[in-house]
Amino acid sequence: MTKSNSDDTKIVETPPITDTMQPNRRQAIKTLAATTTLAAVASTTPLFGRYGQAQSAEPIKIGFQVHRTGIGAAYGRWYNRTTEAAVKKINDEGGINGREVQIVAEDDGTDPKRGAEVVEKLATQHGCDIAFGTLFSHVVIGSAPRAGELKIPYFVVSEGHHVASGMLNRYTLQPGITDVKSQVQAMAPFVNSTLGKKVTMIYPDFAFGHDHRDYFSAAVEAQGGKVVAKIAIPPTESSFTKYFPKIPRDTEVIYHVMVGPAVLTFVKEMGEFFGNSRPEIFGFIDSLEAVDLASPGLEFLEGTYFWEGNPRYAQANQSDYDKAYRAAVGVDNNGASISDSKDVSTYAHMFGCWETLHIVKAGMEASGYAGADDRAKLIEAVEAMTSIPHSYANPQGAKEFNGKTHQTFGHQYITRVENSKLVLAHTTSIADTYYPDEVDYTTQSF
Amino acid sequence: MELVPYLILGLLEGLVTAAVLSLMALGLSLVFGVMRVVNVAHGEFFMVGAVLAWQIASLFEGHPAWGFLAALLVAPPLTACIAVAANQLVLKRIEYDPERTIVATIGLLYIIQQVTLMTYGPDARPVEAPFNQRLSIPLVEWTERGLSLYWPWGLGTTTYKLAVIMAAVMLLTGIWMLMTRTRFGLLMRATQLDRETAQAFGIPVGRVYAAVFGLGAALAALAGVLIVPIQQAHYLMGHDPLLLSFIVVIIGGLGSLPGTIVAALLIGISDGMISVFFSPTLAKIIATLGVAFVLIFMPQGLFGKRGL
Repeated sequence: MTKSNSDDTKIVETPPITDTMQPNRRQAIKTLAATTTLAAVASTTPLFGRYGQAQSAEPIKIGFQVHRTGIGAAYGRWYNRTTEAAVKKINDEGGINGREVQIVAEDDGTDPKRGAEVVEKLATQHGCDIAFGTLFSHVVIGSAPRAGELKIPYFVVSEGHHVASGMLNRYTLQPGITDVKSQVQAMAPFVNSTLGKKVTMIYPDFAFGHDHRDYFSAAVEAQGGKVVAKIAIPPTESSFTKYFPKIPRDTEVIYHVMVGPAVLTFVKEMGEFFGNSRPEIFGFIDSLEAVDLASPGLEFLEGTYFWEGNPRYAQANQSDYDKAYRAAVGVDNNGASISDSKDVSTYAHMFGCWETLHIVKAGMEASGYAGADDRAKLIEAVEAMTSIPHSYANPQGAKEFNGKTHQTFGHQYITRVENSKLVLAHTTSIADTYYPDEVDYTTQSF
Repeated sequence: MELVPYLILGLLEGLVTAAVLSLMALGLSLVFGVMRVVNVAHGEFFMVGAVLAWQIASLFEGHPAWGFLAALLVAPPLTACIAVAANQLVLKRIEYDPERTIVATIGLLYIIQQVTLMTYGPDARPVEAPFNQRLSIPLVEWTERGLSLYWPWGLGTTTYKLAVIMAAVMLLTGIWMLMTRTRFGLLMRATQLDRETAQAFGIPVGRVYAAVFGLGAALAALAGVLIVPIQQAHYLMGHDPLLLSFIVVIIGGLGSLPGTIVAALLIGISDGMISVFFSPTLAKIIATLGVAFVLIFMPQGLFGKRGL
């Protein structure tokens, strides 16, 4: 069952798109690949010399829409740390187009209405070049239309299928993290063949959870399995036992994904409900992001499986890129902060900030981005990207970006709980995550 | 779905909700009954209790029971101090005027919430229960060999949840004793009946008000400490219990102690039952609708006295 992911560095899949912008695309990839080798040279250059070639000495301002408060706060804290680490790396290597990168962070309270206001504030008041970093899908859906109206590129790190579904607009892109539809589609064969055919789904009752419900049910049925019950729970809920009696007795596998401040309570109460007679359990790590797996009450998870966007615990086959990225963000081998072992990271998601910022850098350099007038050129340059190799700039693994749907595709990891740690059990190929295009944003005008 | 196991599960979950709710609603009801103050910030005292419990418990190493015990003893009095300070600094200055106290306590709500956010951050903090053994509940069934026990899937509770129910019963008895058997209870009841006459008889009404506001907050904080090993401490956790407490107090009759307890049981158990059999949202819909009907047909509540 265990499969090596040593093919991370190779690009074997056919790019999902074809277009005519070859030179631009090649340039973008070249920049991306060269970043790592440039690092050593640039970091030794004195500060004043580093931005010397810039046409303008003004810094590039990246507006960071961050969930500092509200139900996404744990993610926000780590998205912030990852973003700061990525910007430090980019600046140490000479910035973007020789210009320093500056982050302008604004809290959106994980609230869609506030989200749209934050995008507006970043664009008009702070004069940011782009907006970036939103995670929660309802905030993305609430903010993206405003970004489109203001014509500011909006790079989200959200996982929701709303980008690739065609629901948003040409200004909204998701190049640094894969979407739920591709993730669950890649998980369904494993769940069906390894764990069981009759699945009960438990998911949060908003856009992100509905993506899980719709695309996982479809994928499981395509595999010959069946979803026997769908249990939706509001993400602000604080007590969960009352939802569990709806799990049918013939359930073979529990599929759980939960978000919000009460995730630990959710998983603990699930353990208390089942006692010694639990079915097989497959969860998205979202249910325990930023939570220590050794917390009391989680012992029943031993032997269950998790999807992880990026494995929290340093694995036996850990790449040098992951090692370097972990150190740069300040995360230890157990996925917790180096300075506080109780401060567990959202490791499965936050790499998306790091990778997105490097894509932005590559796009700005390929398009010769000089200011707000070049925003359309930046989007075209990112749309032209295809294969993105596994590197220090992309430590989670190789990716295939689809310029038409504005969505990236990549490897998915399945880990198993062993001695309260997550051990890699299976790595999917990128091809496992493909589905037919549902939109072509490149046909929309700017 | 089999009926009996889930009926029992719904009842147990409902009793835990009712236990916490009755403590909290009792605090709200006391404050309204004696002081005529609609305390919108009551949910925040619940939250402060839970957050303080987390902070106090995290100071202790070793067995989780010590940290929890310390939290149980320290967090409610600390919260009461905050409430008394708020009473002296705000409510007293506006002379307990009904409209102005509502606005003032709304302000208090935001101040407490934001100070907690700025001090402790936005994360949900767990507190380990002093003991937490899962208990499977057996049922009796008639088989060919006569009566026998069987253990239905998912039917169980934890020792801690049972302890919460017990603790609430004991605390409620204590409050009842305090109200009916002590001098302080007499002063409270006298103030509740007629503030001016009480004052004329030499009762220090100002001090009674401060004590009642502190006691109300301490009850909410106690509920918070009891719930935090089941849920988690979080700066936004006061919102839902506040709404439910208002529902309980309105249905039970403002200022009536037995009414509050009966209404808490009614709301808690029906919430548990409806949640288990239908959906938690439906439970909230029915509870809120219940309030509307009580207000239409029995404006004084189930146990409230007319003209109070």
